[in-house]
Amino acid sequence: MSEVPKDLSYTKTHEWIDYDGDGTCTVGITDYAQSSLGDLVFVELPEAGTKVGAGDAVAVVESVKAASDIYAPLDGEIAEINEQLEDSPELVNEDPFGEGWLFKMTVSDPEQVDKLLDADAYEGIVDEEED
Amino acid sequence: MAKQTPLYEAHVADGAKLVDFAGWDMPIDYGSQISEHNAVRESVGMFDVSHMAVADISGGEVREFLRWLLANDVAKIDEAGRALYTCMLNTRGGVIDDLIVYHLSGNLYRIVVNAATTEKDLAWIDSQSRDYDVAINHRQDLAIIAVQGPRGRDIAAELFDDEFKQAALKLKPFRVAVQDDRSIGRTGYTGEDGFELVLPADEAVSAWKTLRDKGVAPIGLGARDTLRLEAGLNLYGQDMDEDRTPLESGLAWTVAFEPEERDFVGRSALEHMRAEGVAEKLVGLVLEGRGVMRSETAVRAADSDVEEKEAEGEITSGSYSPTLSCSIALARVPVDWEESVEVCLRGKWQRARIVRYPFVRHGKSRIDD
Repeated sequence: MSEVPKDLSYTKTHEWIDYDGDGTCTVGITDYAQSSLGDLVFVELPEAGTKVGAGDAVAVVESVKAASDIYAPLDGEIAEINEQLEDSPELVNEDPFGEGWLFKMTVSDPEQVDKLLDADAYEGIVDEEED
Repeated sequence: MAKQTPLYEAHVADGAKLVDFAGWDMPIDYGSQISEHNAVRESVGMFDVSHMAVADISGGEVREFLRWLLANDVAKIDEAGRALYTCMLNTRGGVIDDLIVYHLSGNLYRIVVNAATTEKDLAWIDSQSRDYDVAINHRQDLAIIAVQGPRGRDIAAELFDDEFKQAALKLKPFRVAVQDDRSIGRTGYTGEDGFELVLPADEAVSAWKTLRDKGVAPIGLGARDTLRLEAGLNLYGQDMDEDRTPLESGLAWTVAFEPEERDFVGRSALEHMRAEGVAEKLVGLVLEGRGVMRSETAVRAADSDVEEKEAEGEITSGSYSPTLSCSIALARVPVDWEESVEVCLRGKWQRARIVRYPFVRHGKSRIDD
C-alpha cells in the first residue's frame, strides 16, 4: 500500500503540495507515483524564476520504464529547485515526501490551495487506479 | 485468466509487481529494477522463465528435420551435450522465432522458444515435420530457472547430486548436461556467465527456495530486458519479426549458408537478399546527453532536417543502461549510416553515437568514452 501523509494536499495527477500558509509551497510526487514509475534515472526541473500556471507541464521525471510530465499545482513562480536530483534522481524513489521533493514555488492566489485534494480524496483516486 | 508458472506463489511472497506478459502473470520487478540489474552484473540473480516453452524433438530423422527447419545448422552440434542459437524462418526468410536448440542425446533434441510465439511456433514445426520420422513433445511439465551472474554457476550447481554437479561445473559455454528430465545449459540472456536450468515443475519450487536461502536475488522481466539490451541480444517482436530477415537484424552470423547443399526454410529468400544487397541494418546507439531512447523513437541522419514522421530510422529497443549510466538502444537504419545520428525524444532531436554492440560484457563496458 502506498503512503499518503495526512498533512499534505494533492492533485489528481499525483503531485503532493506542502503549503506553508505564508505564500510558498513545496511540491513533489507521491509514493504511489514513484512506485508506479519505477526507478527514476533523470529529473528535469524548471529554472527558478519561471512563472507558471496551474496545470502547466513544468518538469519531467523519467524512469527506466517511462517519462512522465509533472504539472504545476497552482499559479505562481518557481522559487527553488531540488538540485540534488540532478545527480541523485533515486532520492525521489527513496524518500518521495522528504529529500525527494522537486521544487518550491510562490503562490499567487492562496485561495487555490483550498481547491486541492486532501489526503482522503487522493487516497480514493489511488484506490481506484490500483484496482 | 492469465496463466501462472509453478513459481507464482513464490513471486507474490517476494513482493513482486506482476504484469501480464504474453498471457502469463510474470514479475516485472521485485521493488527496484536497477538493483536487480546490478545484482546480476556484480554477483548473481535468478529469473523464472517458465513461461517460455520447452519442446523435445526426437526420432530417426530428427537431425535431418532440424537441418531443414532451422537457419543455423545442427550439424555443428552433432556431439551430444552441445547447444546452438538459431532463427526459425518462414519461406520469405522472415524470423518466426529465435531459439536455442540443445542436443541432449543421440536422437533427442530440446528447443526453448519464446512465450509469445509458442502456439505459432509449435503449429509451424508440426506443419514442417510431416515428411519426417520425428515426434514433437511440448513439455508443459517442466519449468525453467535462469541463474545468471559471476557467482551463478557455483551456487546453482549446489542444487544437484555430486555427479550432476560435477558435470555442470565442467560445462563450457553453450554446452548442456542432462540427468533424466533435467537439463543444465551454460547459456543465458544477460551477457553474464550462468546456467539455464530446465527442471520438472514439482522440483522448481524447492530449487527456487534453496537458491533464495543461499542469497540469490529474484530478478524480474524489467531487469531481464536492460541486461539483454546491454548485452546486445535481440528481443523477438522488437528487434526482429516475420517481416525482417536475420540479415537485416544483426543475425547474419547465425545463418549457416555452408554447406551449400543443405537446404533450409527461407534459404532461397536469404540468398536472393544477399545477392541484391541489404538495405537496412541494426546498429547500437549511445545517447549523448540526458533522456531515454525508447522503442519506436524516430532516428534521422545527423545534421539533417527531416521531420519525425519522415525519419528513415527507428529504435527497435531502447532503455536506460544502469551499467553505463546513459541511454542505449538498438536501431534499424539505412546500411550506409555511420558514426552519428539524431533521435527524436519528446519532440526534440538529440545526438546519438553509432557503436558496435554488445554495450556490456561480463560486467564491463565495451563502449569507448
